[in-house]
Amino acid sequence: MKFSYYPGCTVHSTAIEYARSIDAVVAALGVELAEIEDWNCCGAAAAHSIHRKLGLALPARNISQAQKQTHLSPDLVTSCPGCFNALKRADYALRNDEETRKEIEETVGFAYNGEVRIRSLMEVLTHELGEEVLSAKVKRPLDRLKLVCYYGCALVRPHAVTGLENPENPMMMDNLMKWMGADVRDWSYKTECCGADLALTHGDMVQKIVGRLIDHAREAGAEAVVTSCGLCQANLDMRQTGTDPLPVFYFTELMGVAMDLPNRKGWWSKHIVNPGPLLARLGYES
Amino acid sequence: MDYQLTNQPVRQDPSFANEIIEATGVRVDRCYQCMTCTLGCPVADAMDFPPNQVMRLIDLGAEEILLSSRTIWMCVTCETCFARCPNQIDTAAVMDYLREKATAKGIAVPEERIQLLHQVFAENIKSFGKVHEATMLMAYKLKSKDFFSDMGIGLKLFLKGKIPLFPSKVKGLDEVKRIFEKTYDQTFGGKS
Ligand code: SF4
Ligand code: SF4
Repeated sequence: MKFSYYPGCTVHSTAIEYARSIDAVVAALGVELAEIEDWNCCGAAAAHSIHRKLGLALPARNISQAQKQTHLSPDLVTSCPGCFNALKRADYALRNDEETRKEIEETVGFAYNGEVRIRSLMEVLTHELGEEVLSAKVKRPLDRLKLVCYYGCALVRPHAVTGLENPENPMMMDNLMKWMGADVRDWSYKTECCGADLALTHGDMVQKIVGRLIDHAREAGAEAVVTSCGLCQANLDMRQTGTDPLPVFYFTELMGVAMDLPNRKGWWSKHIVNPGPLLARLGYES
Repeated sequence: MDYQLTNQPVRQDPSFANEIIEATGVRVDRCYQCMTCTLGCPVADAMDFPPNQVMRLIDLGAEEILLSSRTIWMCVTCETCFARCPNQIDTAAVMDYLREKATAKGIAVPEERIQLLHQVFAENIKSFGKVHEATMLMAYKLKSKDFFSDMGIGLKLFLKGKIPLFPSKVKGLDEVKRIFEKTYDQTFGGKS
């Protein structure tokens, strides 16, 4: 199975363990992610927060790049929810709003043909491979691991743009983790915001928001949190206080544990809250 | 700005609401003040006007109050308000509009650090086409003169090998720069 791939800026920096686990998981599943040539930053939240048209034009240039590279799959997969959200917003505007489309086409210098489809890695794995294929790859079911799935904002909202599931109670990651055998706990905070960029300017506020989320995760009986977003992971991983912080995983890392993929030490060493002791206690790592 | 209660009847001025509807397509005039947006907003307690009051202020034509508010900068565009609004009002899109307008007008902002962070982030993309955390954080620290808060976090990431020293540049950087010239630079006059 082949897809074109937009990795986004954080795979070489703050989300490097996500990138490593993605590479391992897709290789083991026989999924090929071909990186599109010469992509640029999607603009993240900053671009549209200060200039709306910039926030559409930056991701639109990537759609233009993907559109040009016709030897690659028109399904453009991205693993970062922030990038997914920005690319989807641009695609939504280009697709549905003629006046904006003309402006963006003129700004970026391309003609939108609507053929590129923006998809998230999690959605592609759950929908294209599905339960049967994925659960057949499990060598060590995660049944001893009590988890809550944390989706955050960007993957699900705004619903009309992302087109993913129920924005109040998405189940995609819950299902995927259940297929890996995990003991997935239900909780009401899966799409609450983590405080996002405020971490850099208002660290104390984000600490409070994260503290609340972690309290609720514990209340649900979870010993770890799993996410797909680099910003959520960073905020939850770095902003917990107290002596017994919960490890915060990327979903592909836990797929890697269940599928018993090699070189996992190089993922755990990048975490601030070391997941090693928990995984060792449960018998998943030595 | 003085915002005093008076016993004069408030005169509603629809021109600001109309301007927003025109520019964003968001039907702010549909708000019936149910406060669902505010109840779900993760940062409402740090705002001077919570999201439902933003709608009310728009209704009153209180442009100056909104453009100089803390609210518009505290909003993290999580879109929870929009997801839950019974009238499909995308408050987050309105916040984008208000931030852009406040910046273009050069209004003194009560949350300078947040505005600065957005600007520094955008300008980092203009320089490299991608974000390079080390130069971005350095520029933010220098311009905000906020040297000490949270240095520990940056240091932790750096020691974990999560902040690369050298930026990687987009080959089509001229294309990215042209996008900036036609958008950001045009609105903010090349410097903001
Ligand atoms: S949820 Fe919608 S209708 Fe209710 S107060 Fe907020 S903007 Fe107005
Ligand atoms: S988008 Fe902004 S106003 Fe709406 S809930 Fe999120 S932070 Fe609050």
